[in-house]
Amino acid sequence: MQPGRVVIVGAGQGGFQAAMSLRQEGFAGRITLIGAEPGLPYQRPPLSKAYLKTGEADALALRPASFYDRNDIELVTGTRVDGIDRAAGEIRIGARRLGYDHLILATGTRNLRPPIPGLDAALDLRTLEDAARLRAELDRPRRCAVIGGGFIGLEFAAVARALGHAVTVAETADRLMARVVSPATSDRFRRLHETLGTGLRLGQPVAQVEPGGIVLADGGRIDADLVLLAAGVRPNTELAQNAGLTCRNGVAVDACLRTDDPAISALGDCAVFPDPRTGRDVRLESVQAATDHARLIARRLVHGAGDPYGAVPWFWSDQGDCKLQIAGLAGPGDDMVLRDDGAVLRFCGPVLTAVETVNDARTHMKTRKLMAAGQPLTRDMLQEAGYDLTAI
Amino acid sequence: MVKVTYVQADGSETTVDGTPGDSVMATALANDVPGIVGECGGSMMCATCHCHIDPAWADKTGPRMDGEDDMLDCAVSEVTETSRLSCQVKLTPDMDGLRVILPEEQI
Repeated sequence: MQPGRVVIVGAGQGGFQAAMSLRQEGFAGRITLIGAEPGLPYQRPPLSKAYLKTGEADALALRPASFYDRNDIELVTGTRVDGIDRAAGEIRIGARRLGYDHLILATGTRNLRPPIPGLDAALDLRTLEDAARLRAELDRPRRCAVIGGGFIGLEFAAVARALGHAVTVAETADRLMARVVSPATSDRFRRLHETLGTGLRLGQPVAQVEPGGIVLADGGRIDADLVLLAAGVRPNTELAQNAGLTCRNGVAVDACLRTDDPAISALGDCAVFPDPRTGRDVRLESVQAATDHARLIARRLVHGAGDPYGAVPWFWSDQGDCKLQIAGLAGPGDDMVLRDDGAVLRFCGPVLTAVETVNDARTHMKTRKLMAAGQPLTRDMLQEAGYDLTAI
Repeated sequence: MVKVTYVQADGSETTVDGTPGDSVMATALANDVPGIVGECGGSMMCATCHCHIDPAWADKTGPRMDGEDDMLDCAVSEVTETSRLSCQVKLTPDMDGLRVILPEEQI
């Protein structure tokens, strides 16, 4: 039976998609979508890319206000949810209580703030408000220090260099984007950023943020009048945790994206779910996971239990004129095969787990198609094809 | 401003005002025209903004962009020679009256 009222906490891309998918699947009950930020739900990926250049905030809205009216989605913005009363089937907003038949947690993440003295002076790049502030700071020539050499820090670095600012990136790991790409791809992007004129300090934790710059663990200094913190995120699990739901680096859900409580689901960046290919717990920070999770939950709520979650993960990052595309999900210890053109195939034992390409949509999309077909792609099979996925 | 008409798979039509420089995808979303998803926001990472350009307008909208063919290979509805990713079709002042036909499904 369909729930009468679905409440969605979090109005990012995943929460928005859940509301939209519920209606597309024919859900006839009430939908309340609650976001902590002001304004219409918007796309986050452009904040570190096009938006920094253009400043066009209107272009970020996922849909105009009329969409929510037309689809009878009650959108509540600028509102933080304070708690969940599972026994009563209610959420708390200040003194107000709001009943739910099903609750979807799409609370996303927030910036990780490492315990670095002086870090309060560093800017974030997570919300539209953050991006607007950062953009305003780039109105005159700046010397930028970026804490963190992941997607966000490097996308910012490439844009800031293109706008003529001086940029130095400090990364704790000994290579860029170490958590998500192979050493070969890290190296390729190190060369790219060096060519763009970005200073890179690898294997260098930041010890302190001072007026006029940052100090590295080895005592080295980066002079800067703008410091950006881009050292990763942490999932917003407090609501779930305080309600007694299992959390481990995210809100734990099963293969159908249900929490311990069958009346509560979780999706997107805040959810830890079993990887359909390896069974390992994973938490993905991506548009793809947020929207595919949302669609699965909507189908389940409207049509009853269906297939477990099995979508192929994909990621992208635009840095300079390089579009990095990743299909699949590699574990940290997976092997790599580096092709002559720089593409990287990752393997766990005999099985292909991910393919990293740059400016090669053909290989990327073919990989997604092959992985979605479900047949494991083996090392032998790929070796025979000269590691050319488009030849399979 | 240029007029853009979106024709749904069921034949119903919606005409909206578009701004030169904006894409056919962004124009649809900003005007709440259904039938285009645009999941990746125009980053050429998905094929959920697939559309067909009325052949009378094909000269104005021009050929597919680099990589567009590869993305269209993954569109769920039938791809024909009139198929485009609507995020890659940017409106220009001479597209006033453009007609865009939307496929049955995007996902």
